[in-house]
Amino acid sequence: MADERLQAALSDATDRLRDRRAQAFAEFPEGERLRDRARQIKRHTIDTLDTQLSLLAERFEAVGGVVHWAEDAARAKEVILGLATERKAKLAVKSKSMTTEELGLADALSDAGITPLETDLGEYIIQIAGETPSHIIVPAIHKTFDDVADLLEEKHGTARCEEHQAITQEARDRLRSSFLEADLGISGVNFAVAETGSLVIVENEGNARLSTSLPRCHIAVMGMEKVVPDLEAVSVFLRILARSATGQKMSSYVSVITGPRRSGEEDGPDELHLVIVDNGRSKLLADRALRESLYCIRCGACLNICPVYRHAGGHAYGWVYPGPIGSVINPTLLGPERAAPLPFASSLCGACRDVCPVRINLPHLLLHQRDAVVRASSTARIPGRSGFKGWVERSLVRAYARVMRSERLYGRAGRLARGIGARFASGGRIRRAPGLGAWMSTRDFPEPPKKSFRERWEEK
Amino acid sequence: MACRRRLSLADTALFVTCLVDQLFPQVGEATVDLLEQSGCTVAFPSAQTCCGQPLFNTGYRAEAAPLARRFIEIFEDFERVVTPSGSCASMVRVFYTDLLRDEPEWARRAEALAARTFELTEFLDRTSFSSGANLEARVVYHPSCHLKRELGVDEAPRRLLRQVRGLELIGLDDGDRCCGFGGAFSVKLPELSSAILEEKLKALENCDAQFITAADTGCLMQLGGALSRRGSGVRAVHIAELLAGRVAL
Ligand code: SF4
Repeated sequence: MADERLQAALSDATDRLRDRRAQAFAEFPEGERLRDRARQIKRHTIDTLDTQLSLLAERFEAVGGVVHWAEDAARAKEVILGLATERKAKLAVKSKSMTTEELGLADALSDAGITPLETDLGEYIIQIAGETPSHIIVPAIHKTFDDVADLLEEKHGTARCEEHQAITQEARDRLRSSFLEADLGISGVNFAVAETGSLVIVENEGNARLSTSLPRCHIAVMGMEKVVPDLEAVSVFLRILARSATGQKMSSYVSVITGPRRSGEEDGPDELHLVIVDNGRSKLLADRALRESLYCIRCGACLNICPVYRHAGGHAYGWVYPGPIGSVINPTLLGPERAAPLPFASSLCGACRDVCPVRINLPHLLLHQRDAVVRASSTARIPGRSGFKGWVERSLVRAYARVMRSERLYGRAGRLARGIGARFASGGRIRRAPGLGAWMSTRDFPEPPKKSFRERWEEK
Repeated sequence: MACRRRLSLADTALFVTCLVDQLFPQVGEATVDLLEQSGCTVAFPSAQTCCGQPLFNTGYRAEAAPLARRFIEIFEDFERVVTPSGSCASMVRVFYTDLLRDEPEWARRAEALAARTFELTEFLDRTSFSSGANLEARVVYHPSCHLKRELGVDEAPRRLLRQVRGLELIGLDDGDRCCGFGGAFSVKLPELSSAILEEKLKALENCDAQFITAADTGCLMQLGGALSRRGSGVRAVHIAELLAGRVAL
């Protein structure tokens, strides 16, 4: 919040993405129908998730891949590190994966002596800056062109880039040889097709294609909600994903990977592994209200439109998933002890629901999480909700509820509050009031009227 | 119960909201004028207090539920309920059934009441109401988020404003962006709320309006409070006041 440059970079970038999305859907009359269809497919898939996942696993293995199940981050890392060390890997190229970010995989690899190298430009920038992504589509959205040019100059020790293209080129040059050197390619998955056992990866730079085909061994990592029934579903999602994310009609590269390289084929890895990660998702699945958060296809549209995200930035959310969808899923995935404040940081304006390609009812899910956090706070230690502050809040809430259950108490409390307010008023407004300091640093409060509406009504 | 005429004759219950009752009584009076102009007989069930929205929105469902049941008891015998607030109307219309979903009998009563509860402008727009007001002024309409996105009411208030003679309705850059109020949100995170508000005010300063209006006193308190602090000439008024001809230049 304090950094004005960050603020400007962020609101310009989100405005641009938001406007492009609006434009893309305006020129795409069947878009609204496709959104309904996409939601329908997601609802069906998530409601039958067990079946879809076992079908996927069966088909994936039938085409020559190996499936691993990971109930949490620790298990997922264990699986991946196991595969990596067995193969004596030194260098792993990574592409397109929020899920590995969620697992903290890069650190785990480094600790095991394996160099993880991010190959997507945004992610690469974040990696050499030693930061974490702040957006799910544009990880370095909080950085300006100058920030990036400075960073590359410093880290690479080469001449400063003066154009966007030069930046892309310089990063690409650095990365190119790595693809050939790497023993391991690690990627995310946008859609995993149950019917065919295929993995679909959508991207704009082409690095995922290289990361998944050049190294000998490819490990794909997916959250368990990424499964879709068939290729028809993929075609529906592809048409709305890019439009929602960046306003493009279609992403530049769509890779469909079905099994490892077969004899006679020119490229592709010798081995293909799929790690299917739960890591808290089954808790979302079990909650009837929150279940639809698993429909999310990680397009980022809700971030770009969200007034809170635009001002707070992605890092304020404390984890890989920022914005409205992050505020909804983080408390369940991380536990309320770590993410309790997030669902409350929203004016519930609902603009996110308008743009979500699968029409997730984000504001209502935020309300459900608020309720869950409040309920959990009576048993767990939750920052800001337990201890003195939490006690004060609960007492105020109980007092308010009691007053509002009685016409007489309500009338008395109103008169009292108006009386106090009037003592602070001058010239028809209140400029300062005890307990409301921060609110009133930018806003006046109206001078309370002598009589309430009901008093005036009764006198008539 | 105090009401204007005998209860049996009143067909429309006014739910005035606590904010209007305590801070903006003139909005309540303008609402009564408008309802009567549209042919309703208005009752004011005086047992009404708060619909429970502040508690519900901050996650205190258990505390909000008794207020919802109380609200239903007070209002369910009327032919319809009208309120000059998009967010309070959406509380009753959209959220009561969710709040009471584990109590089937109450959920049913909530649903029945929801079908008869209206925000003021959406109600007026459905009747033969026609504003006789007169105001030569440039006005910005701010679509409150709950009214627009929970109730889907966006054109009705604009149509009504166009009936006011002399009134010029002007657009705002990103006009449907939130003003940053959000009730408890603005108290809990005042800086964030102010930063969101700031964008709205900037757009407003660029457009040479004399009034900004909305169908929710919450937003107007936020917008009006900031305009007043800056000594701006733009005034924030409730749409009921404009339509009832209670605003002068
Ligand atoms: S919640 Fe919806 S808008 Fe947000 S990232 Fe997921 S799919 Fe996109």
